[in-house]
Amino acid sequence: MPKIEVDEGRCKACELCIVACPHKVIGLAKHFSPSGFHPACMANAEACTGCMLCAFVCPDVAIEVYK
Amino acid sequence: MEKKVFARTKGLTETPMRYCPGCGHGVIHRLVGETLEELDIRERTIGIAPVGCSVFADEYFNCDMIQPAHGRGPAVATGMKRVRPDCIIFSYQGDGDLASIGMAETIHSAARGENITIIFVNNAIYGMTGGQMAPTTLPGMRSTTSPFGRDPKVAGNPIRVCELLSSLKGPVYLERVAVNTPGNVVKAKKAIKKAFQVQVDGLGFSLVEIISQCPTDWAMTPLQSIGRVKDEMIPYYPLGVFKSLEEKK
Ligand code: SF4
Ligand code: SF4
Repeated sequence: MPKIEVDEGRCKACELCIVACPHKVIGLAKHFSPSGFHPACMANAEACTGCMLCAFVCPDVAIEVYK
Repeated sequence: MEKKVFARTKGLTETPMRYCPGCGHGVIHRLVGETLEELDIRERTIGIAPVGCSVFADEYFNCDMIQPAHGRGPAVATGMKRVRPDCIIFSYQGDGDLASIGMAETIHSAARGENITIIFVNNAIYGMTGGQMAPTTLPGMRSTTSPFGRDPKVAGNPIRVCELLSSLKGPVYLERVAVNTPGNVVKAKKAIKKAFQVQVDGLGFSLVEIISQCPTDWAMTPLQSIGRVKDEMIPYYPLGVFKSLEEKK
């Protein structure tokens, strides 16, 4: 299954990945990251195609993609 | 078992970047870092950090870095390249650094056709000092020094750097790109890689202008700020190639 991994220490919850994902996979988690953000997470994991569009726009290079 | 298809580049250090949420600098840093790795030039590259938000870029780029006086990147790059032609020299600059205090250095290094690469990040504002009007601030755009919006009658019109430099004979490659959508990020990567390749091939002066967003000093959310890039910045600063190798031949 394609998937993304978000480095919570880097994510600043800018939401740019959320709008970049064509399959509405990403949401913000309920918990706080160490730096006080609600980090990006896979809210709809089954829909991920591993297309990497989220990783392309992430300003903090917080996303790694597996396929 | 899944394979990692997108990993952090070794062209960047492990240090998390301290830019504001949604700031375009991080993407641009990644594209430069990936280029250093993919062209296999990281070990012989020296980068120049500007004065501005990216003044700490030396902590993020995984190559040798130097940080000269405000706006003097192209002059320092000229000296370094002439002394060490075996090294790859890039100057990373914002619009206040490059188009205001450093405009003379920019124009003359371009006119001389120095074999250096300039990564010019245009977010139309002075970010680090708190959102003052820059030479690239759009007409009508609010900043802390144009609280009612930039009035071209008083402050003149914004400078289009690629267009300005394209009238010179010196530059061999000038392109303007943006990082507001995945597609534009892919194009920006191609342009940055090409600019470094121009220097590796010894062809001369290359500059990529990247239209970027500054959510904090634009007083916007990150999502609103990429909307402004599309609706206001790109119409004033059209994307495209302003000078290319093909023309030079
Ligand atoms: S784009 Fe990056 S920093 Fe922004 S919310 Fe997504 S993972 Fe976090
Ligand atoms: S890899 Fe593609 S499908 Fe998966 S979360 Fe990222 S943008 Fe969405």
